[in-house]
Amino acid sequence: MAISERNPVPALAGSASAYVTPSTSFGVFKRPVQSTGWRSWVFTVDHKKLGIMYGVVAMIFFIIGGVEALLIRLQLAAPNNRVLSAGAYNQMFTMHATTMVFLFVMPMAAAFANYLVPLQIGARDVAFPRLNAFGFWCFLFGGIFLNTSWFLGGAADSGWFAYAPNTALAFSPSHGVDFWALGLQITGIASLTGAINLIVTVLNMRAPGMSLMKMPIFTWMVLVVQFLLLFAIPVITVALFLLTFQRSFGAAFFSVEKGADPLLWQHLFWIFGHPEVYILVLPSFGIVSEVLPVFSKKPLFGYKFVVFSGAAIGFLGWGVWAHHMFASGLGPVSVAVFSVATMAIALPTGVKIVNWTMTLWGGKLRFTTAMLFAVGLIVEFTIGGLSGVTHAVAPSDTQQTDTYYIVAHFHYVLFGGAVFGLFAGFYYWWPKIFAKMLNERLGKWNFWLMVVGMNLTFGPMHILGLQGQPRRMQVWTAFRAGDGFFNLAFWNRVASVGSFVLAIGVLMFLINVVYTHRTAGVAPADPWDARSLEWMTSNPPAEHNFDAIPTVHELDEFFHRKYEENEATGEIHQVSTYEEIMADEATRADKHIHLPSPSYWPIILALGLPLIAYGLIFARLLAVFGGVIILLAMFGWSMEPSVADESDYDPPVDGGPTKELATLG
Amino acid sequence: MADVAVHTPPADGHGDHSQGHTTSTGLSNNKLAMWMFLGSECLLFGGLISTYMLYRGRHEGSPTPSQLYNIPLTSVSSFVLLMSSLTMVLAVSAAQRRDDRNTMTWLTVTALLGATFVGAQVFEFTEFVREGLGFTTNLFGSSFFTLTGFHGVHVTVGIIMLMALVGMVSRSRIPGDKAEVVEMIGLYWHFVDIVWIIIFTLVYLIPS
Repeated sequence: MAISERNPVPALAGSASAYVTPSTSFGVFKRPVQSTGWRSWVFTVDHKKLGIMYGVVAMIFFIIGGVEALLIRLQLAAPNNRVLSAGAYNQMFTMHATTMVFLFVMPMAAAFANYLVPLQIGARDVAFPRLNAFGFWCFLFGGIFLNTSWFLGGAADSGWFAYAPNTALAFSPSHGVDFWALGLQITGIASLTGAINLIVTVLNMRAPGMSLMKMPIFTWMVLVVQFLLLFAIPVITVALFLLTFQRSFGAAFFSVEKGADPLLWQHLFWIFGHPEVYILVLPSFGIVSEVLPVFSKKPLFGYKFVVFSGAAIGFLGWGVWAHHMFASGLGPVSVAVFSVATMAIALPTGVKIVNWTMTLWGGKLRFTTAMLFAVGLIVEFTIGGLSGVTHAVAPSDTQQTDTYYIVAHFHYVLFGGAVFGLFAGFYYWWPKIFAKMLNERLGKWNFWLMVVGMNLTFGPMHILGLQGQPRRMQVWTAFRAGDGFFNLAFWNRVASVGSFVLAIGVLMFLINVVYTHRTAGVAPADPWDARSLEWMTSNPPAEHNFDAIPTVHELDEFFHRKYEENEATGEIHQVSTYEEIMADEATRADKHIHLPSPSYWPIILALGLPLIAYGLIFARLLAVFGGVIILLAMFGWSMEPSVADESDYDPPVDGGPTKELATLG
Repeated sequence: MADVAVHTPPADGHGDHSQGHTTSTGLSNNKLAMWMFLGSECLLFGGLISTYMLYRGRHEGSPTPSQLYNIPLTSVSSFVLLMSSLTMVLAVSAAQRRDDRNTMTWLTVTALLGATFVGAQVFEFTEFVREGLGFTTNLFGSSFFTLTGFHGVHVTVGIIMLMALVGMVSRSRIPGDKAEVVEMIGLYWHFVDIVWIIIFTLVYLIPS
């Protein structure tokens, strides 16, 4: 490989060693090599560091989205309330949904996927580490860009689905919708690059012996989600482009006065939007499918059924989008087809519920916090799933459309499903990621407050919706609240109180994190007696993940190395411990491990995107400047080899393994 | 500069370590990723084509599509673009023979053919605007210019990649497997051509 002429290496007289030539060969700049300090994070391409960064940023957005939710509930706590003006209320529910969907659940799932997938499949990193870093920076800059709209003339106020022509300049004159459309384009790039990266990683970089049907179930669900993202993101990209062209360049796509069809946006949005709900929930399904077997001391019941039902959801998820549009006058044939398809998709989801329940059946259950959240998911998601089936019945759905009943439904599936799964994941993998056990007592408080809080908040919304309270209305009046058991005033108040209970529950988690990291002590390496490969690493995992790439023989490889089944009696008995397995692996440790090297280009390239976006809104010249940055960064990127030159690595000491980049002066 | 002992690099090319090992599928990571990206692009063009098909009859205030389209001109430029796929194949074949000179020649020819196509498109666009169909005139105009414009941008990005590739081949600045990089850009180029076949058929040949 001739990337450049290498400077001659000056030999030192009388010494076996000599100076290393620094990496002049690295495209335009020398590569960053710091392994500590802020530079080691900003320029990192390590999937574990990026996973943690995804997690931290997503958590911050979760808090922002949560505060927005509390403001909404404060406004609705009493009749004719004036906490928020109508305009502010519109922005608040739009940004609450946008933040929770695009800036919390998706990136938090990406955090788990980034951190765990390479570990679960026995790889040292993802297939494209720099692309991985680029994805993170796109997400961060896109999220910041989206939220700066609050200070630059107001945020988007059109609802998270941004129905055109409501988003036309005439009805939404602030820059909010422009920020929304362009911000989602940027986070969309993060999702798309992440999807390509993880698909290639899972398909191509599995440890020897790990066939697809021996893959941990979380990795399977992540794979399905990445395919959904791969095909769903371009559809919203088209929709967002059309919207931006309409608002910024005067295109006619959604101008009804010119004969535009308002259903165009709805179709494009929901062809993306329905797969999106599976994008949100399937990672959590994967997480609980990991957590339940570990704390039941049983293998996942019907692993293959769980895999194939996940894949089935991935396929069927494309054929049900129009059930979001039953009230838009699609015509009886479309409505009937999508109604049946929607009922059909309840089947694979039901299969999963059955599998989880059967995993618990007869197991030695340990109700740790992670387990509680996983069981909580089964219960709450099932409630949300059942109200979902009522939406599949088109006449019933027509009655419920745009009422709080819908809000109740999707919070049960998204909060009770996606978010509970993520919290189960926090408690389950925290000791792996940070070598600290989250406090179980605070964890129980965390769980129970969240369960009680969410049922108090979202349960009454079923009643409110069936009584006819519309979504997206900033006031309800005492005059119309009615009386008796089903009066709106009482249940609105319950929901508002519940939302604060929920918030305290989340606060317990944050307190737990701070508390845990202030107490001394290191978590045991295998605290839960876990089953999959990510636990077969040091604590926390070394930068190179595995000293030797493990050879896989079984599903739940780590468990099968620890335990054997007595064939006569069916009894399981321990044959090996974590320490013995690790010692055994260490004897095969690789001598040369070349990790992908840090790079400046991902963050520089990502920085160009918000510049273009601000430029399109405020000054076209800035957009040109952003475009130039992107073009230059692409050249810098493509001329930089993905792995540092051999001469940049420390030589092996006593023939031992080398993993670190040479320190340069 | 810190004193660091030297470590003699191995004599063989050690381009891409992440690619150096055999992959589970046997396809290289780069190629698999390009296929995935192109799969995603299908949906992008799918959305744009659907929008055009929905709106192509809504041309109030402008000449009709059949009055505007210059089928002979577009047929010629389509033929030029299709021929560029042939020259792209020749470039890939030369790259696999490690024939840098022919690789660069065929890449340049491919880029020139692509540029001819884009030139014809620019000419076509200005003609349409002159005849009264602007981007904002009506739904037909907006969706026509968006669909063909997106395709034109894809061709343009392809041309930039081809020219960058020529420069990097000539200065030996390509990290990793040169033939594979040429092949990957070839995949992208062929995809853009295939999309044009669909667009040409749906937009120009089928009367609205």
